[in-house]
Amino acid sequence: MSGGAPSAGRVRRLAETDRAALVFGFDGAAYSGLDGDTVLTAVLAALPDLRAAEFGPERRAGFCLMGACQDCWLWQEDGPRLRACSTPLRAGMRLRSSPPDDWPGTLP
Amino acid sequence: MTRILVVGAGPAGIRATETLVAGGLCPTVVDEGSRAGGQIYRRPPEGFTRPPGTLYGSEAGKARRLHDVFDGFVRDREIEYHPECSVLGLHDGVAQVLGPTGVISLRYDRLIIATGATDRLAPVPGWQMAGVYSLGATQIALKAQGVALGRRMVLAGSGPLLTLVAAQLIDAGAEVAAVLDTAPWRAQVRGGARMALARPLFTLRGLRMRARLGRLYKAGVTLVSIEGEGTGPQAINWRDARGRVQRTACDTVALGWHLRAETALADLAGASFEWSDTWAQWLPETDEAGRAADGLYLAGDGISLLGADGAEISGRLAACACLADLEYQIDMGAYARDLRGARRLRGFAKGVADAFPWPADMIRALPDAAILCRCEGVTAGELRATLPLSGPEANRAKSLSRVGMGRCQGRYCQLAGAEVMAAATGVRAAQMGRLRVQPPARPVPLAAFATRSDSPD
Repeated sequence: MSGGAPSAGRVRRLAETDRAALVFGFDGAAYSGLDGDTVLTAVLAALPDLRAAEFGPERRAGFCLMGACQDCWLWQEDGPRLRACSTPLRAGMRLRSSPPDDWPGTLP
Repeated sequence: MTRILVVGAGPAGIRATETLVAGGLCPTVVDEGSRAGGQIYRRPPEGFTRPPGTLYGSEAGKARRLHDVFDGFVRDREIEYHPECSVLGLHDGVAQVLGPTGVISLRYDRLIIATGATDRLAPVPGWQMAGVYSLGATQIALKAQGVALGRRMVLAGSGPLLTLVAAQLIDAGAEVAAVLDTAPWRAQVRGGARMALARPLFTLRGLRMRARLGRLYKAGVTLVSIEGEGTGPQAINWRDARGRVQRTACDTVALGWHLRAETALADLAGASFEWSDTWAQWLPETDEAGRAADGLYLAGDGISLLGADGAEISGRLAACACLADLEYQIDMGAYARDLRGARRLRGFAKGVADAFPWPADMIRALPDAAILCRCEGVTAGELRATLPLSGPEANRAKSLSRVGMGRCQGRYCQLAGAEVMAAATGVRAAQMGRLRVQPPARPVPLAAFATRSDSPD
């Protein structure tokens, strides 16, 4: 596992830590989350934020966590964009904070 | 067979579903969650082990009963259930629904909408930073994931949720640096008396919880700014009730001023709206059972912010209205009891609204540089600058300033935007008009339509 030491993450795990580890990728580095994490939880357990804001200099890390604000969209190396707060983490996901080079691509 | 479509599987949607099943119907239920319960009784994923008492406190029994009722219907195939599905649009008796396999069309004869509420947000300078969350978000993170969204958190805003979330986070071991309530004591005493009159035990429980916060809790606060850099907040600046400037170091701020009814689908389905002075927001018009238009019934916090117990009641009432309109027999005794229960809770809710008011003055005084639209970084000053062209009308101001046009579709900026415009033009926020809702109610990738079948199910 490379990248963020646990202390670099934004979220603090308070309970339910006895779960299987799942390895995933984010912006090319490998991280480990837990089975049952949302993508948002897993990324923010390793890092302080999710992505850059499109309309300002700041970073973004989600806002409402109930699918209403659309602040937490992340990209994948392949596959559709996803809402990090409502997408369960799967082993082997390859996530990105910005669009892949071939975006928008073609319809399936 | 007549198809009743229920949107939302929180307390209102679950009780509506139960009433319809008891009446002999097989409703279709569409819900965004992967497991029923809504936000207030949200469940962690399968395999998590904290018991309901830890997750829901004094409300654990209610949560468990609701989950059990709904899980039983799914298991026994008494309903058609679409979890992880969002309704995008409603037109001519067909719902466009985005789910894991793409967009599907569901035909319906009658519609019960129970889409609940979100936090009601007011901007605070700096709130666009990573690490500023809605109050509800911190509760969801704790309940559904067992995490705190930061290492040193300040909770700010007003409403029953402020005290509840603070107590829950502290109990779970999170570090809460301050709980900043913008409601002054005199409002809390006045509204609290009304709350206590309608629901003495419930109110007492809230007061006990508040007492446990001790010196962390401050009333009558004005929020000045959230200060920080690239990695997020470093402190929040605020003025205490006596006007003295204070600074509390933190890495996370959660904001919320009670609730905002989620009404996008009710609007698309044809409900009409009126401004509520009590709640400082637009709410759909219904009769006392939740009828909003022909074949359209509304329930839960999406019509009136009565909370979880009120949602259970209004879910049953909406389903009874639907059954009665279809000329099914309903239990008139239970119906009358629910009407009485709803009236009592409306008295309580009025007390909550008085005790924890919308911070209109704070919003009206936002500096020009403060970000108002969090989605697209539009400032209060930019909105004010459009007013000579747009006049005091919400939709024109939205077109020109883009406040309300970002990806949250105005959910978190409309009310504050109306307040800023009202202050600048000297009219009441209610007179700014209501933002028209446009489908899709959720963002949807174009590719999701590629899998769509032409004829509705």
